[in-house]
Amino acid sequence: MSRAARFAPLILLVLLLAGLVWRLATPVDTDVHSRLEGQPVPAFTLAPILPGKPGLASADLATGRPRLVNVFASWCVPCVTEIGVLEQLQAKGVAIDGIAVRDQPQALAAFLARNGNPYERIGSDPQSQIQIDLGSSGVPESFIVDGRGIIRYQQIGPIEASDVPMILARLEAAK
Amino acid sequence: MLLCPIVATADSNLPPAYWSNRQLPDPRQEARADALMQEIRCLVCQGQSIADSDAELAGDMRDLVRRRIAQGQSPDQVRSWLIQRYGSWISYRPTSEPAAWPLWIAPLVLLGTGAILIRRRISTRRRP
Amino acid sequence: MIAELGLAALWLAAGLAALQLLLSIPTVRGSVDGAGTIRAVAVLQGILTLTAFAALLVVFARTDLSVALVFENSHSAKPFIYKVAGAWGNHEGSMLLWVTVLAVAGAVFAVLARRTGERTLIAALGAQAALGLGFYAFLLIASNPFARLDPAPLEGKGLNPLLQDPGLAFRPPTLYLGYVGLSIAFSLAVGALVTTEVDSRLARAMRPWVLGAWILLTLGITAGSYWAYYELGWGGFWFWDPVENASLMPWLAATALLHSINVLAARAALKAWTMMLAVLAFSMSMVGTFLVRSGVLTSVHAFAIDPERGTFLLALLAIYVGAAFVLFAVRAPRLREGAPFELVSRESGLVINNLLLTVILGIVFVGTLYPLFVEAITGEKLSVGAPYFNAVAGPLALLLAALVGIGPLLSWRRERRPVLKRLTVPALLGLTALVITVVLSPHLAILPRLGFTVAAFLAAAAPLPLTVRNPLRAPLATWGMVVSHFGIAVALVGMAANGAFTSERLAVARPGQQLTVGPWTVAFDGVTPTAGKNFTALEAELRASRGEGAIILRPQTHYFSDPPMETSEAAIRTFWNGQLYTVVGREDPSGGWQLRLWWKPFVTLIWAGGALIAIGGALALLGRALGGWRSLRRRSAPDWRERYI
Repeated sequence: MSRAARFAPLILLVLLLAGLVWRLATPVDTDVHSRLEGQPVPAFTLAPILPGKPGLASADLATGRPRLVNVFASWCVPCVTEIGVLEQLQAKGVAIDGIAVRDQPQALAAFLARNGNPYERIGSDPQSQIQIDLGSSGVPESFIVDGRGIIRYQQIGPIEASDVPMILARLEAAK
Repeated sequence: MLLCPIVATADSNLPPAYWSNRQLPDPRQEARADALMQEIRCLVCQGQSIADSDAELAGDMRDLVRRRIAQGQSPDQVRSWLIQRYGSWISYRPTSEPAAWPLWIAPLVLLGTGAILIRRRISTRRRP
Repeated sequence: MIAELGLAALWLAAGLAALQLLLSIPTVRGSVDGAGTIRAVAVLQGILTLTAFAALLVVFARTDLSVALVFENSHSAKPFIYKVAGAWGNHEGSMLLWVTVLAVAGAVFAVLARRTGERTLIAALGAQAALGLGFYAFLLIASNPFARLDPAPLEGKGLNPLLQDPGLAFRPPTLYLGYVGLSIAFSLAVGALVTTEVDSRLARAMRPWVLGAWILLTLGITAGSYWAYYELGWGGFWFWDPVENASLMPWLAATALLHSINVLAARAALKAWTMMLAVLAFSMSMVGTFLVRSGVLTSVHAFAIDPERGTFLLALLAIYVGAAFVLFAVRAPRLREGAPFELVSRESGLVINNLLLTVILGIVFVGTLYPLFVEAITGEKLSVGAPYFNAVAGPLALLLAALVGIGPLLSWRRERRPVLKRLTVPALLGLTALVITVVLSPHLAILPRLGFTVAAFLAAAAPLPLTVRNPLRAPLATWGMVVSHFGIAVALVGMAANGAFTSERLAVARPGQQLTVGPWTVAFDGVTPTAGKNFTALEAELRASRGEGAIILRPQTHYFSDPPMETSEAAIRTFWNGQLYTVVGREDPSGGWQLRLWWKPFVTLIWAGGALIAIGGALALLGRALGGWRSLRRRSAPDWRERYI
């Protein structure tokens, strides 16, 4: 039996172990990121869902200044505390738009009345169509869109208070 | 049986989209749509396809797939559209990107290596 | 008290394993005559681990909540049989089962092994003890099943209704006996590599163990596939899920090993390949256990994930498989292989069989682990699922199935008779099947079409070895081979039919509406609330008929409160030519109910085929056991035995 054949199993084992050791050391990241970072926001128009706020269209995201698009819902538990952080960002001058996924007007109105309303516009996405179009896989998620309508950053999960400086820096960079 | 516990907690109160749980009237289109849905991975219950998953997002994706197929798009077009947004992770069928080439080369390598190893074991000389 | 007894027995067993290993080294060298002691120690180890496992069963049967494991996994309201099954339905308990099977197998081997050379036997027992040591350490250090809680809680946490299912409760022991039974083959291979006594005697000693483990694995995998089919409500029988693949890989290796052993036994050839397969089979068992418990792969069957335990298991894997591979690399040159085989001979047929099985094993392995390696190297995520495995492993499996019809007809050494003539009828039948599928189902996909063709060919070719003057005098082992190979054809028909002819109806139906699925007309009569012992349910009533008479099916959705979850219980009715499979989903605001109906022609043949494969193996095992017993009394063997065994 040739030397290559005799030692091949051992070499393959070492490669396998290397891979498994890497996997044990690097925890599995189950987040699936959108591939649209660096791409223009897909064209869409969403109807309004709240009487006081206009709906959201892709054209509203290319007005010259960077905006934060927050994909959320009234039935989403982490969104409750995220609203507070979003209000902080709004106080610092960030323009925030919302996409309400699978939501009903009354439930949304009650949610915003209870927790705060940092949104300039809120679009209704009752069948997750625009959520899918953006490459988002859950709520809450946020997208930073620059003045020309290019998606610059995706945050999966709620924006925490500790994330605020990072978000502000990215918005600055998107100008 | 629901094997994906996330579904129980994060549930909106809206009903499923129309085409989530209904078949397209044209059986050939439905067959194409179903074949595609078996190959698209669910983003919520990541061990299942959207055809099998009970997650709401999976239902909305099924609705999306069926509507696009009904409009005349090919399964490959719909698959590409989804891969543009979520990356090749979302397709259970490996794409034709270079990162997937070893998958298709591996069986040939295995067969070839095996053939070389057994070459000496099997003699093709015709003994009288 | 019982728990402490169990723990003490475990520690003692670990100590004995150390003794067994240490004593085996000088005994194999020849400087000490420890054979008798080693055998006795192996038996004692088996008895002690059985005691420990019995202790675990007792504390679960009594719901002794002062034992942490019982608290986590049991509940006083659980039905008794599930209380007991709960002992192995968790990580620590199943590892204790693993270690028990390891030690008991070693004990039985120590007592019954007669055909192996003494030195090889002792070396094998030493290897078995070494295997045990690592897993004892894992149990005692990282997964103690007998840890106590003080003060004892008042009630347990483990009332998960999903786990109170006979399939889920009793399949693990079957599988474990299979996976860990392969350890004897591993240890024998290691022992034989140490003593370089790799010969036909070794093969005959290994065979019953591999056969026994393989039969149990076949049953376990078949049962698991059926359980997934009826329980999960999606009508599929195999998903190429990473955990499923982890259970399939040892089976593939064991099947290749089984056939390789026959060559080694009959011709004292394929020594290196057989030893490598023997090492590989149990290595795959260990890899499977690691993959399932470490959380390294995303799966539907996610168990309690613990990376720390994963690291320990990975270390054991590295040590055991690494040492075995090093031994192989070093000793392989010393294995004297004989002359090359003739191209058309039984040996060559088995070599090609080996090759194809190993390639399929390699494909499943690569496909399962590829996403991990791509992510490690490039950071990209991609998925490998059913489309890949079906496209690549499917054709190879079909090729293998076709060769299975031809191989057993070949003679050892060199086939001089015209074998092809005997295959005319099977070939014609295959061709007829192909033509029928083309005529009746012109739009069939290529894989199911070829599946029917090969299945027809194999079904006709498999019984050919029995076409001797008196089939009833043919050895039982031959009958076993025929039944198993025929079972492959049966399973193939089931799989092809499932892929090709399944009709699905998905609808939102109002009570009073009628749906059609396949030849069936199903009337939906409404949904009524009902309840069970620990759940409330919604039951749909469906009246199905395809001509004469109607049958009633009642699929249900169960709602549990502790923990809150809902499960879907399909209503399935089996007929001679298929299964009607019905599922009820949620209510739609429009007043309708989601219904999912399937008509699956001949789908039960899949598992019937699997059962036949296992039965064939049992016949072979019985035949060899009886043959061995008979040959102890009688020396002569009829001429044609050499042809067909």
